[in-house]
Amino acid sequence: MSAAQQPTPTPAPAKSPEPDESSRWHNVFREITTGNAIISVLAVLLALLVGAVMIAFTNANVQESAGYFFSRPGDMLSAAWDAVSGAYSALFQGSVYNFRRPSFADGIRPFTETLTYATPLIAAGLGVALGFRVGLFNIGGRGQMLIAATLGGWVAFAVDLPAGIHLIAALVAGVLGGALWGGLVGLLKARTGAHEVITTIMLNYVAFYLVSFLLRDGFLKTPGSNNPKSPASKETAVYFDLLGPDYNLHFGFILVIAATVFTWWLLARSNLGFKFRAVGENPNAARVAGISVQRMYVYAMLFSGGLVGLAGINQVLGTTTSGFGAGIDSGIGFDAITVALLGRSKPWGVFAAGILFGAFKAGSFSMQAAEGVPIDIVLVVQSLIVLFIAAPPLVRAIFRLPAPGAPRRRPVPNVSQEVAAK
Amino acid sequence: MSTIAPVNQPTQPTGPEEGPATAVIKSWKVPIILGVFTVLGFLLMVVFGRTGTSTMVLSTSSDLIQLPDVLLPTLPTGIVISILLAAITGLSAWMVQTRRKVPLWLISVFAVLLLIGFLTWASADERIPVPGLLFGSLSLAVPLIFGALGGVISERVGVVNVAIEGQLLAGAFTSAIVASITQQPLLGLLAAMVAGVLVSFVLAAFSIKYFVDQVIVGVVLNVLVTGLTGFLFSELLAPNAATLNQPPKFERINIPLLSEIPIVGPVFFRQTLIVYIMYIAVAAVYFGIFHTKWGLRLRAVGEHPQAADTVGINVTGTRFWNVSLAGAVAGLGGAYFTLGSVGAFGKEMTAGAGFIALAAVIFGRWDPIRATLAALLFGFASNLQNVLSIIGSPVPSEFMLMLPYLVTIFAVAGLVGQSRGPAASGKPYIKS
Repeated sequence: MSAAQQPTPTPAPAKSPEPDESSRWHNVFREITTGNAIISVLAVLLALLVGAVMIAFTNANVQESAGYFFSRPGDMLSAAWDAVSGAYSALFQGSVYNFRRPSFADGIRPFTETLTYATPLIAAGLGVALGFRVGLFNIGGRGQMLIAATLGGWVAFAVDLPAGIHLIAALVAGVLGGALWGGLVGLLKARTGAHEVITTIMLNYVAFYLVSFLLRDGFLKTPGSNNPKSPASKETAVYFDLLGPDYNLHFGFILVIAATVFTWWLLARSNLGFKFRAVGENPNAARVAGISVQRMYVYAMLFSGGLVGLAGINQVLGTTTSGFGAGIDSGIGFDAITVALLGRSKPWGVFAAGILFGAFKAGSFSMQAAEGVPIDIVLVVQSLIVLFIAAPPLVRAIFRLPAPGAPRRRPVPNVSQEVAAK
Repeated sequence: MSTIAPVNQPTQPTGPEEGPATAVIKSWKVPIILGVFTVLGFLLMVVFGRTGTSTMVLSTSSDLIQLPDVLLPTLPTGIVISILLAAITGLSAWMVQTRRKVPLWLISVFAVLLLIGFLTWASADERIPVPGLLFGSLSLAVPLIFGALGGVISERVGVVNVAIEGQLLAGAFTSAIVASITQQPLLGLLAAMVAGVLVSFVLAAFSIKYFVDQVIVGVVLNVLVTGLTGFLFSELLAPNAATLNQPPKFERINIPLLSEIPIVGPVFFRQTLIVYIMYIAVAAVYFGIFHTKWGLRLRAVGEHPQAADTVGINVTGTRFWNVSLAGAVAGLGGAYFTLGSVGAFGKEMTAGAGFIALAAVIFGRWDPIRATLAALLFGFASNLQNVLSIIGSPVPSEFMLMLPYLVTIFAVAGLVGQSRGPAASGKPYIKS
């Protein structure tokens, strides 16, 4: 096990003696060093550092030169540097800007790939985050995406409609599919008290086998083919390209921006969102205040499933338009949980977290192709980022940053309140 | 409070088994569910009934005492069982009407009857090897049971353990490497426990020391372990498979006398060492939690940490060490993948078993025995599909695979209902 698994429980400098400094510069300095932003940046740095150590230790050149480390230590260090810098520059060039291309239009393509990968992550992350805000843990992203892809995909390949209307019909069908599969969980919880963690996990499997059956022998089967794969989506339903045919970025990204704005409005400005947050903070108090907690669970799971469904339909109309199999969700339902956590269940936070994880996903492929570093390293880095961000005292202790000022006398559980409170 | 421990909702009628014995609340949930299953069973076994004879093979060829095969005429058996199911449903309705409690054994009898009926229907003119079916079920359930025991210990002490999947995977990975290098499966078993404890340390450190939401840590730990083992597998195990990824498996041990009991013997007493450890673990965890000082303290910390602190129990320490213990138990379950059943380690080889174990914990209402039974149910349902696919069942295999999950949803919605976890599970204890 690497060092990452055993963080040294260094005591956080909870009450460092603070000079009574009223200078404005000092306050600004404190704001920057104790704020959330710096913690997030440092968390990303730390996680990348751990990733670098792992890359260096498993690199063949490094292991070879480590054999004669004491006679020529420089060899090993330079080999380690080569391995790490090679991997991370491939990661950067695969996700942000490729300097080896002559023109800007070519060089920026990796960034558009990042946005393409980020699209479903953001949509599904919004769904999971919405659940968290109401105190519900939606692990059912996989099932909701599969059902959304099934219904939306069926409309996309089996129905004939004019362009535009066809797209909207497929989109609505997909979102409805996700919402129904999610709403079922809410209904079960509201009516019978069945725990949503169990029901979402179980419905994931049910959806997977249902879709497998439909692909093999049902209405998703391609006529005359034995592959468990659906027919291709019709041109009239497919998302149009945003930047022309040279780039993969498609209309789905615009939809996801709209979804982010909608979720923000729903949670922060609408009547329903207020009730959602009240239930998330304290369901008993919400009930006393006259909010039907049961009904909120159903609505929240409907919206949550619908947003995850948007991610599912994005896969069918944007990413894999040539027909889909039972693995169309490609693990996004689970990635979305980390995205929602990193975004602290805030819509724009989820948006940013989705783009960061999209960048890791896009870059990991070029990193594997160029340097032979397994894609799994990205999982390690992503999970470490969330862990570090979730525990600011740990990051502060490592970098010896001052703790936040006097108002906080005791450590506060630093997760979004909605998740903690229930 | 975290999302794992369910909300206590006083306005809702609780399930029939949960109400206090003195005032049973009239709840029609059980009769309705039983009625639905009776109608489904009737449709399947009688309306769409199949003719022929179903054969239940009760003995394996190596048994000392040979039981004869049981021959069941398919359609008449279906009719008889449908009548019995209807009778039980009526009985439960009468019990609710007269404000009596519907006992758990009645529901169990119902379930067993339904199962026999289904097996008979599916195996018309075929032979079902009953010992093989049960043996496979137990094998599939072993990692689930270890995982569920880890979950029960951890949640009873007040730390939600979503990281069971990570603990299983870490155990499987480490035991594969250590056992391959040393050629000693016992050392592999030990290494698996250490790996589970290491994962638990992270869970404990973040949730107890840094007050991070426990569900978050658990989810993230699963991703972390998946990434770490996947990375190390690609970089180290795959290129050196011969030296690092060929663990010796445990041999089967036949327990004298016991292994010769018909049906029971081949299923329970011709297993590997890990399975025997599992029997001991289930009994030990049950006895420990409910009948020892350790268990009393553990439950006190999980239910009301402040009260426990007041009487002098070290809440933080109790939580930390018991979460570590839970990791060790779950790690054993991981070792079963590499040292007991599959052999070599593969990427993400636990394939969601940790989540099923988590479901078993909640399904079993945080009780070690019930959680074990729930895990056995999951194992049985998965293996039923294997067996039926061999004899060529009339149901598409996907629906058979779906069955355990559907049954769980029905059971959780209908019978378990508003199960309550330990009161302080998921809440960090901040000493004031």
